[in-house]
Amino acid sequence: MTQATLPDTHADRGKRSFWRRNQIAISPWLFLAPGVIFFLIYVIFPVFQSFQISTLRWDGLGDPEYIGLENYRELWDDPAFYVSLKNNVLWLLLYLLAIPAGLFIALFLNQTVTGIRLYKSLFFFPFVISQVVVGLVFTWFYDPTFGLLNVMLGWFGLGPINVLGDPTYVTYGIIAAGLWPQTAYCMILYLTGLNGVNPEQIEAGRLDNARGWRMLWHIIIPQLKPATFIAFVVTIIGALRSFDLISVMTNGGPFGESRVLSFYMFEVALSEYGFRMGYGAAIAVVLFLIMLIFIAYFLWSMYRETRGR
Amino acid sequence: MVSKLKTSLAALGLSTALATSMVSGAFAAAHETPLTGDLVIFSDMSNPAPRAVMEGMVARFKEMNPDLNIELTIIDREAYKTQIRNFLTANSPDVANWYAGNRMAPYVDAGLFEDISDVWEGDMSENLASTKGALTIDGKQYGVPYTYYQWGVYYRKDIYDQYGLSEPEDWETLKSNCQTLLDNGVKCFTIGTKFLWTAAGWFDYLNMRTNGFDYHMKLTAGEIPWTDEGVKKTFANWRELIDMGAYIDNHTAYSWQEALPFMLNGEAAAYLMGNFAVAPMREGGLTDDQLDYYQFPTITPDTPKGEDAPTDTFHIPSSAKNKENAKAFLKFVTSAENQTLINAGDALGQLPVNAQSSVDDDKFLKEGFDVLSNKAPGGIAQFFDRDAPAEMAKVAMEGFQEFMVRPDNIDRILDRLENARERIYK
Repeated sequence: MTQATLPDTHADRGKRSFWRRNQIAISPWLFLAPGVIFFLIYVIFPVFQSFQISTLRWDGLGDPEYIGLENYRELWDDPAFYVSLKNNVLWLLLYLLAIPAGLFIALFLNQTVTGIRLYKSLFFFPFVISQVVVGLVFTWFYDPTFGLLNVMLGWFGLGPINVLGDPTYVTYGIIAAGLWPQTAYCMILYLTGLNGVNPEQIEAGRLDNARGWRMLWHIIIPQLKPATFIAFVVTIIGALRSFDLISVMTNGGPFGESRVLSFYMFEVALSEYGFRMGYGAAIAVVLFLIMLIFIAYFLWSMYRETRGR
Repeated sequence: MVSKLKTSLAALGLSTALATSMVSGAFAAAHETPLTGDLVIFSDMSNPAPRAVMEGMVARFKEMNPDLNIELTIIDREAYKTQIRNFLTANSPDVANWYAGNRMAPYVDAGLFEDISDVWEGDMSENLASTKGALTIDGKQYGVPYTYYQWGVYYRKDIYDQYGLSEPEDWETLKSNCQTLLDNGVKCFTIGTKFLWTAAGWFDYLNMRTNGFDYHMKLTAGEIPWTDEGVKKTFANWRELIDMGAYIDNHTAYSWQEALPFMLNGEAAAYLMGNFAVAPMREGGLTDDQLDYYQFPTITPDTPKGEDAPTDTFHIPSSAKNKENAKAFLKFVTSAENQTLINAGDALGQLPVNAQSSVDDDKFLKEGFDVLSNKAPGGIAQFFDRDAPAEMAKVAMEGFQEFMVRPDNIDRILDRLENARERIYK
């Protein structure tokens, strides 16, 4: 290396090999290549393939038939699609409650008491167990005849509620189950964030007579901005991939009232009664467009951050 | 090992039955010249008892053909339903399990199942006549049955006796029985509709009894609109039960197994189910004195009764490599001897399809066999989600579940089903 670079300053450039001349420019791309190639094959290419499949009528076995935008037209009139879309919005909005909830638990646990590590790990516990287990635990919790929830409601003289069997409560019931591990996740993000809060700024705030909410709002939270951003990202992603809880707890029911787009797509394209690949792909495209809004926002804010440095 | 012991014991017990039944032609054919080469079998018989049956069958077939190299792969029953699409197109076995009726139609249409009409020639068509229709598409046969089971109302005889009730023969008695039970704080029927298909059982029976078997078959084949008067009448009958409060509360939260305890505890008196529900109910502590069976009663008089009897089958994929061996195996599977053996109470505990087979000495199997052979002049259906195309079945079963919770939505539900019918069957 050193041998090559030393005489370079005044050597005639034409004689140097292509590799020598472009080494610095090419190397990063070589290192990136495996990742980029797999990303193209397994992420970018299927995105376009979905667009293409969504214009077909195809059961995955026979010959596909081109039907243009017919699948989207059908989607437009499909009540099940609107139910799923509405539930997706509910998930996105209500799942964000995990962020303030996580923050407050983190603030509560951010103190030095004997055994605080144990308490912290207990609070973090729901995030460690599988979503399927969380789903099962909550299914039993909600059970209309034997479930703990209805026993507890009984203490206040309230009638039994069939949370997972009633179309009005079912989505909220599942979101509540999902919030349990998600809050733990946000909590751990904020706990690490709180370690990085500058004690001098807090001291300065104290001198200026800030305490309680004012201290939290003006001094602590601005410093937690990176943690909040990550918590926001993981929560949005968590809300959009809420598939497993729904599958375990209700299987989309009762009569499809708890489906979200990803679950509906699975049912239409891949489940026992499905195999309408084109229609499933059309739902996937709509889901992708929704995600695109968030992806664009995340990319934009990350771009702004790197430029700000 | 255990399964081998079991089968040989069962064989011993059967020897008397076999002495009277003639040795079927197929069975003899399999004996003529022992087979050689390979035979690859993919099976979905993954529950403990069916698994032992499948392994036992392979062991006996291997005994007959010592030089045949048999490779058996057993796949989880639910996973199988999606995997079959992959292995039929990519890496197909010589023999595969599947279901009769409309469920096999997509694979037949895509040319993935072999036409095996030649296997059905001769005695076999006669012996398996009851299910031949369900395995025929456009006049050709695409598979062979190995078992089926009856559906019907399983009820708590002790509770019925306690309130002086008898098995209903007609709709009025069924309702008056139900009223008596409800007055005494017992629900008439348990059901768990979380996975939808249990509600389809009710629709099958109500529709077959209200409008007849032929009407039901036309409806599932898409030839009758869902907004038809007949369909509305079926739902009106169903509504009578729903408005009475005949079904357990909160049934949308339960699977069919989770609905069993209501019957075991005596909170509900009956269950419209397939015969497979008997085993868990016996395990749950019900004796044969407490548990009994009746055929779903008449609703419209003089309508020939149709029955649900889902049939499980074997098929040969078109791209199989050892088709001759596979055909010999199918003949072996359908032989009277084998069907008697595999459907015995200590094996599958279901009904043999071959008319020459004998039914195990079990009260429910005997009654079911009688119902299917003598009391179902209308015809035998496969079950809603096997008679209707998968897509239609899904939409319709969701509609049934919604109707059971919100019967007032019936017009909206039927319009939705009619839209789906127009799209799916075109």
